[in-house]
Amino acid sequence: MQNQAKSLINKLGLDPRLLGMIGALVVIWIVFGVFTDGRFLSPRNFFNVSVQSASVAVMATGMVFVIVTRNIDLSVGSLLGFIGMSVAALQVQVLPDVLGLGHWSIWIISVFAAILMGAALGAFQGWVIGYLTVPAFIVTLGGFLVYRGAMWWVTKGQTQAPLDPTFRLLGGGAEGTLGETLSWAFGIIAALVAVGFMLLSRRNKASHGFSVKPAWAEGILMAIAAGGILLFVTIMNSYPIPKGAMKRITKAQGIEYTDGMVWNHGVAIPVVILLAVAIAMTIVARRTRFGRYVYATGGNPEAAELSGINTRFLTVKIFALMGALTGIASIIASARLNAVDVGLGTLDELRVIAAAVIGGTALSGGAGTIYGAVIGALIMQSLQSGMASVGVDAPLQNIVVGVVLVFAVWVDIVYRRRTGA
Amino acid sequence: MDKQTPLVEMRDIHISFGGIKAVDHVSVDLMPGEVVGLLGHNGAGKSTLIKILSGAYQGDGGEIYINGEKAEINNPRDARKYNIETIYQTLALADNLDAASNLFLGRELTTPLGTVNDDAMEAETRKIMGKLNPNFQKFAEPVSALSGGQRQSVAIARAVYFDAKILIMDEPTAALGPHETQMVSELIQQLKAQGIGIFLISHDIHDVMELCDRASVMKNGQLVGTVDVNDVTDDDLLSMIILGKKPEGVPVQT
Repeated sequence: MQNQAKSLINKLGLDPRLLGMIGALVVIWIVFGVFTDGRFLSPRNFFNVSVQSASVAVMATGMVFVIVTRNIDLSVGSLLGFIGMSVAALQVQVLPDVLGLGHWSIWIISVFAAILMGAALGAFQGWVIGYLTVPAFIVTLGGFLVYRGAMWWVTKGQTQAPLDPTFRLLGGGAEGTLGETLSWAFGIIAALVAVGFMLLSRRNKASHGFSVKPAWAEGILMAIAAGGILLFVTIMNSYPIPKGAMKRITKAQGIEYTDGMVWNHGVAIPVVILLAVAIAMTIVARRTRFGRYVYATGGNPEAAELSGINTRFLTVKIFALMGALTGIASIIASARLNAVDVGLGTLDELRVIAAAVIGGTALSGGAGTIYGAVIGALIMQSLQSGMASVGVDAPLQNIVVGVVLVFAVWVDIVYRRRTGA
Repeated sequence: MDKQTPLVEMRDIHISFGGIKAVDHVSVDLMPGEVVGLLGHNGAGKSTLIKILSGAYQGDGGEIYINGEKAEINNPRDARKYNIETIYQTLALADNLDAASNLFLGRELTTPLGTVNDDAMEAETRKIMGKLNPNFQKFAEPVSALSGGQRQSVAIARAVYFDAKILIMDEPTAALGPHETQMVSELIQQLKAQGIGIFLISHDIHDVMELCDRASVMKNGQLVGTVDVNDVTDDDLLSMIILGKKPEGVPVQT
């Protein structure tokens, strides 16, 4: 039985570690589902978990590159807060005076400002690490303190709210979704693209005369990928928008609201952003020279250098990318809350590192996947939301998350040792 | 002395690490189609000298001439531009990547879109491995899963694939069994016949006597001398290595 399962996994060419993580996630969902009489398994909860995971998951994809190259970034939580506060002040205090309140371009300027600010600060940290050779732990520990302090200085500690209405859509909520129809279109296109890529890769392999998976195995994988995407869209499209929000939305669209009118949320915009980031980062990791050099440098820094890779500049690029992703995460986090206070992003660096590490990124360098980090973020958020909905005290929540982190890494170490990977 | 222009001439190279003269004003040269052995104890400075040629270190002074023209080699990328390829003693492989990714590391084949073309690289790797080591089959696994000999053949394939004119081999047979060592010997003969110049670092005198045309011996960072292997015996080379004593009655280049 066990051997049959193993050979099936082999034939499908699945990564056992991926299956393990998905298994852990499903177990967590079922356990909390039982303890909450199914409330945890409702479309509403899946919608919330997906939105709440987005910000940390976006940063976790960048943290994979940082940790793969044997570095660490402790500054992302503070940087998220600093960017969030600066951009909030920009759209609350500066841009309305210059362009007029509610100007259409405010959200676009804010988005670019957040990403550029993150990339610039990240690049600077990367330069100190790569060229001045100060260890990443120290540089980003410094950044952790500097950004948190700088965040206070931006507005002397004043909370910035409310944010631009269009900007706010990037954080989710009843309005910040694709809506039902677009969600279906999104799901169908995503499923077609996934299947298309699998076919393309198979054809390329076959054209070089390499062995390919049996057709039935490929078919099952395509069905799982397409089915998973469409299942997700179905769940998001089964969460009705509450009455109050419905009145607001219909009024804004000039449609008359009648009792019994039901619209569903659909896929939240931050989740769409996360998926776009995750796909882009996976392509970068697997299909670009930059990604190849990240992994080569993590596996053997000396070999990378001797192969002519400029590992110093690579470090600058990796931290700039981490900063840009922190900028995107900051947009999601501040838009979701519709306000930025001095606490924004506190402890996020630890959630991000934990997500990457639970997702199988090795601190010894050279190994880690983007999808693993995203699933790691989902596991962390599911645990936290689940415990909150069961009514576990906040201190105990931290204890559980801490223990799970250590346990997950231990399991990973045992797995690596057994498989020799 | 030959009238031909040397392929490589390293003149008066010196480098110190914290007051220790690792390479102390050494000059060596290499002709096309020639194998020059670099001999010496551990710490004699042979690997350091060669790392200056491959761009891993920058010398404190001295000059390098390639085909009679002064060459500026400040990093491994520069060395590759002069078609200098190196097989390092440590092999310099990224253990977490597969054979094809290592072979093309820093020089990936790309698709028209600019993304790395793994399938094309694997196909090329299969071709060259078919010539170098027909038993090699593990193309999908990371090189950490390979045996010492297989890893060595990946490192050799990487040096040979890109039209090397100057090849540096640092202890290429240290990790190999007798059969694989024989394959390396045959490969060296082949490359020689193609006019490639090879610096062979070794502490095995028999290897050097068999494979090399000339031998340069180093001791304590200094060049003892360069001799034609046909002029000297094993014992002559040994006393050069151990005592730093030049053999009598034969021409010694210093």
